[in-house]
Amino acid sequence: MSEQVLDGPLGVLAELTHACPLSCSYCSNPLELTKRSAELSTDEWRRVLDEAAVLGVLQSHFSGGEPLLRRDLVDLVGHASGLGMYTNLVTSAIGLSRPRAEALRDAGLDHVQVSIQADEPVLSDRLAGISSFEKKIEAARLVKELGWPLTLNVVLHRQNIDRIAAILDWVEELEADRVELANTQYYGWALRNREALLPSREQLEHAETVSRAARERLRGRTDVIYVIPDYYSRYPKPCMGGWGSRQLVVGPEGNAWPCLSAHELPLPRANVREHDLPWIWRSSPLFSAFRGTDWMPDPCRSCDRREVDLGGCRCQAFQLTGDMNRTDPVCVLSPDRYLVDEAVAAANDPAAAPAAGSTREPVLVPMPEVAVRPHRAD
Amino acid sequence: MTDTVPRTGRPALARFVKTRYDKARERQVLLGPETVVTLNPTGADILALCDGQRTVGDIVDELGRRYDRVVDDEVIAFLERLASRRWVVITDE
Repeated sequence: MSEQVLDGPLGVLAELTHACPLSCSYCSNPLELTKRSAELSTDEWRRVLDEAAVLGVLQSHFSGGEPLLRRDLVDLVGHASGLGMYTNLVTSAIGLSRPRAEALRDAGLDHVQVSIQADEPVLSDRLAGISSFEKKIEAARLVKELGWPLTLNVVLHRQNIDRIAAILDWVEELEADRVELANTQYYGWALRNREALLPSREQLEHAETVSRAARERLRGRTDVIYVIPDYYSRYPKPCMGGWGSRQLVVGPEGNAWPCLSAHELPLPRANVREHDLPWIWRSSPLFSAFRGTDWMPDPCRSCDRREVDLGGCRCQAFQLTGDMNRTDPVCVLSPDRYLVDEAVAAANDPAAAPAAGSTREPVLVPMPEVAVRPHRAD
Repeated sequence: MTDTVPRTGRPALARFVKTRYDKARERQVLLGPETVVTLNPTGADILALCDGQRTVGDIVDELGRRYDRVVDDEVIAFLERLASRRWVVITDE
């Protein structure tokens, strides 16, 4: 067991709601979305934040779904800020009106991350499922105007990755302080839509060249973070810095998780309505399941890299092999690597779906059975 | 943008970072977007003096007195590192 486990979590990701005006085909929310009536109340969230602070959490990320759909967002940000946490809003920016933004600023919000789907309205609106591009640009300008550091989050995939240079032009134009160019991770919705989303090797090489050049060009002004797709890597990523090691996620219905995708695993639930967060973090079977290296099978158990990548991602192992205890199939040493190789081969087949065209399979998107119209600003 | 830290420059924490005492881990930390930096006692002392008023020279003198040793290189290297991440802004007029 490493010392980090004893150190407690540094950050909590509060997924306030699964409701969202957007319907992106790579959404990280579960396939079964939580209904609004089942969401934690304001008081419950306040208690969760209090317990997180006791555990040593220093940063709270308010996310969703679209967190602006929660009427009590300002209240919750104020509460976290009052606990001394660095507060971060992860938003589509739909619903970020000036009065709402000012109220969030007054409540102590420290940082805003706005998602950007593409560099122009037609593709952006198609990927997001609603007309949203102009609103996003407007909101990004508002974030800067109100004095926040602006991070733009861009999920890269087969349909938009060739537009990376033009997306980076927007990053420069909007004077973003950070941009995260993150290739899609293939869980949940994205895995179901993988054929339409996984880029070819040629597309990736182009994107990496462009982002490297931008990192040099924007040095001192904008941090350019490029996250490679692990399907094209030799070794898996050390997911979340280790299971139950640095971060925790709390979903809209109060289920706590070591990562965004762990809800897919056949493990016992841990809910903040039934247990306090310190117990969940320290003692629940869920958070203890894959801590450290004792759980590892071979080839991880005897591998020199076991402390480097920590066996990779449990969710990926489960989703691709049906067994969450196996080595992450992304690893070239995994007996299951062929599962990743097959997907990569399909993405590089000249007969595969064109970069920005229709696909053979219909693309699935998350559509919650809940009202998603943003609440009135104030 | 320059990587050098002039003795006449006046360093201040960037608007979007915070420092605070982390009670759970008993140490001073710097918090920024997606960032938690652990500060050693010297780093914490340097940052506490980065108020936009004192010059780098003032900070070196002050800490030299406090620790009773020469701290020039330590202070400059520390501020250089933070300025390159834009967590510290140094104005020099």
